[in-house]
Amino acid sequence: MQDDAMHHQSTYKPSTGFEKWMDRRLPIIRLAYDSFVDFPTPKNLNYWWTFGGILAVCLMIQIITGIVLAMHYTPQKDLAFDSLEYIMRDVHYGWLLRYVHANCASMFFFAVYIHMFRGLYYGSYKEPREMLWILGVVIYLLMMATAFMGYVLPWGQMSYWAAQVITNLFSAIPVVGESIRTWLIGGFSIDNPTLNRFFSLHYLLPFAIAGVVVLHIWALHIPGNNNPTGVEVKTKKDTVPFHPYYTVKDGFAIVVFLTLMAAFVFFAPNAMGHPDNYIPANPLSTPPEIVPEWYFLPFYAMLRAINFNFLFISSKLGGVIVLFSAIAVLFVLPWLDTSKVRSMRYRPAAQLWFVLFVADCILLGYLGQKPAEGVYVAMAQAATAYYFAFFLIILPLLGILEKPRPLPKSISESVLKPSTSETPIGAQGQAAE
Amino acid sequence: MIRALLKTLLTVAAVACAVSAGAWAKDNHLPYKKQHWEFEGVFGKYDKDALQRGFQVYETVCSNCHGVDHLYFRNLGQKGGPFYLPVCPEGVPESVKCSNPNQNPIVKAIAKNYKFKVTDGPDDTGDMFQRTPLPSDHIPGPYANEAQAKAANNGAYPPDLSLIIKAREDGPDYVYSLLTGFEPQPEIVNLTASQHYNPYFRGDMSQFLKDKYKTAEGKPLPSVEIPPGGVLAMPPPLTDGIVEYADPDTPQTVDQYAHDVVEFLSWASEPTMEERKELGFMTIAYLLILAAALYWSYRVVWSNVEH
Repeated sequence: MQDDAMHHQSTYKPSTGFEKWMDRRLPIIRLAYDSFVDFPTPKNLNYWWTFGGILAVCLMIQIITGIVLAMHYTPQKDLAFDSLEYIMRDVHYGWLLRYVHANCASMFFFAVYIHMFRGLYYGSYKEPREMLWILGVVIYLLMMATAFMGYVLPWGQMSYWAAQVITNLFSAIPVVGESIRTWLIGGFSIDNPTLNRFFSLHYLLPFAIAGVVVLHIWALHIPGNNNPTGVEVKTKKDTVPFHPYYTVKDGFAIVVFLTLMAAFVFFAPNAMGHPDNYIPANPLSTPPEIVPEWYFLPFYAMLRAINFNFLFISSKLGGVIVLFSAIAVLFVLPWLDTSKVRSMRYRPAAQLWFVLFVADCILLGYLGQKPAEGVYVAMAQAATAYYFAFFLIILPLLGILEKPRPLPKSISESVLKPSTSETPIGAQGQAAE
Repeated sequence: MIRALLKTLLTVAAVACAVSAGAWAKDNHLPYKKQHWEFEGVFGKYDKDALQRGFQVYETVCSNCHGVDHLYFRNLGQKGGPFYLPVCPEGVPESVKCSNPNQNPIVKAIAKNYKFKVTDGPDDTGDMFQRTPLPSDHIPGPYANEAQAKAANNGAYPPDLSLIIKAREDGPDYVYSLLTGFEPQPEIVNLTASQHYNPYFRGDMSQFLKDKYKTAEGKPLPSVEIPPGGVLAMPPPLTDGIVEYADPDTPQTVDQYAHDVVEFLSWASEPTMEERKELGFMTIAYLLILAAALYWSYRVVWSNVEH
């Protein structure tokens, strides 16, 4: 059954003399052709699948604008804030570079969250795509580190105090915590050494992300794309070549996404920022409320939800453990979900829990920007509990207890007559392999 | 399925908005006076006359205590600035290019006659010296440094104004409300001569309560209603007629001054706004056309595939 749709044979035929010469020495044109031109792709991918391409574009935009911004920025605590205003006012189109860079960071996370929810809904993390999913979580972790350090660089009030709060998390680690924090920030308080190293790492990490993206695409091209049915590609009839079918569809989606981004960049460039970051960093004046960027708010809510000591674990350490576990649990997701059916399209019960999970994440984001007091804390605790229950209890049990709908025999069949395709439940195991 | 998801998301968003609206009402200052600002919105532009008057208000009043560190004199004459001249007025020599901010005669005059000098140097003997500003200089502020500013203002530091509009939530409405919102101190509080009550300023009035409104531990009595707002070191800066406008038709009132100076400070915090919006229209038009072309191509390419 594992025909060449699964293990794609190269169809590249070098035509010019140069291509033939190259192909015998460094078959890089063959690699590009097999990966992005003739790569057989399921023909039923919907628009939720366009976010991979969108994310690649985001990464490129961030790297290009970032490199040019770095030519004008000064990573020194007395000059950093002013150098940003210099970029905004005196560098030609500096305001454009900076607003694109700042807003694209938000759009990048917006896209990555959709990409992750899509993977979750359609079971894209399941066998044989576990490595693909895990590499994706690694990219997400690197993105968070990069975004956090980038947010510190303007050296405004929020930059400074966010650095203060986040690096403080490490001091919660028993025994060695304080030493680790001192080592991380290069001293006993957030200061010039912190800014210097954050700038250095903020420049480095995007290239690390690009490297892991290559692995991510490699791990995608071994089993090939998942698809909305979750049923594997059976024959060549289930697929279309990546180019032109998906280059044009992804291209359209990318341009629509860029239009949305342009609306922010040109007409509401500060909508996703915090006004306090236009006040230069002042170690002697704590802002009335310290809030992270919106894309960290769900995790911030979980961190602050733990306001009680548990056995020998202090509330602070407990919060940090919960925070890191919220991401760690994503790494083991492929082994937590016991369902044989890949796509939630055929799992009505799972759909319900999934919608609740998405709502839960949004609720956590909302709670993250509220003061950690009163009813907000109780809500955050409940929402945190559901977040973990979804992965650790609901997904493992659902696979055993739920009764999925019948799966189509193949992608083509699902496309041609979606209502009449019936496969006995027992046959799903094979269908999914 | 997708519809159900979107529906849930919308419900959550609606609930979030409703709850947070309730939370804002709890804030301890009065809600800002909502003004209509020409420069807000997608098509908004700065009003050049208001920018010029606003600069006059800044120069006459605000600059006695506040700097605008990120502005140069030349900014006043750049495209979109208050004194930009696309062509020279009558009587200016042919050789002068008025669209160049450094040659703009109005900007040169403003710099030359400015109330503060700039510090330059060192000179041949190694001393710093004071000289008349040029268009290429930063607009000098009233104080040499933060310590001097604090010493002159009872320990309070008058913040730099070049980013003030962007550095405050609802910046334009906030600054307008603050400037026009000073009130006599409420009956139940006790303020010194250098403390000025303003219901739009973020603060905590409970700490200024007179003793008879406090319990033995210094807490406010339960029957006392704490006044909104807070206390500033800045006295009410504007009074009717304090700035003399050249145009006799523009009212010389606190309200008008506040409007004009907010216009100027908004420009000061975002001088590239007009250029940004213009480029935005071009960019979005381009992207929409490209999207239409790609969508059409998509339909053509996929026309022979059942999917």
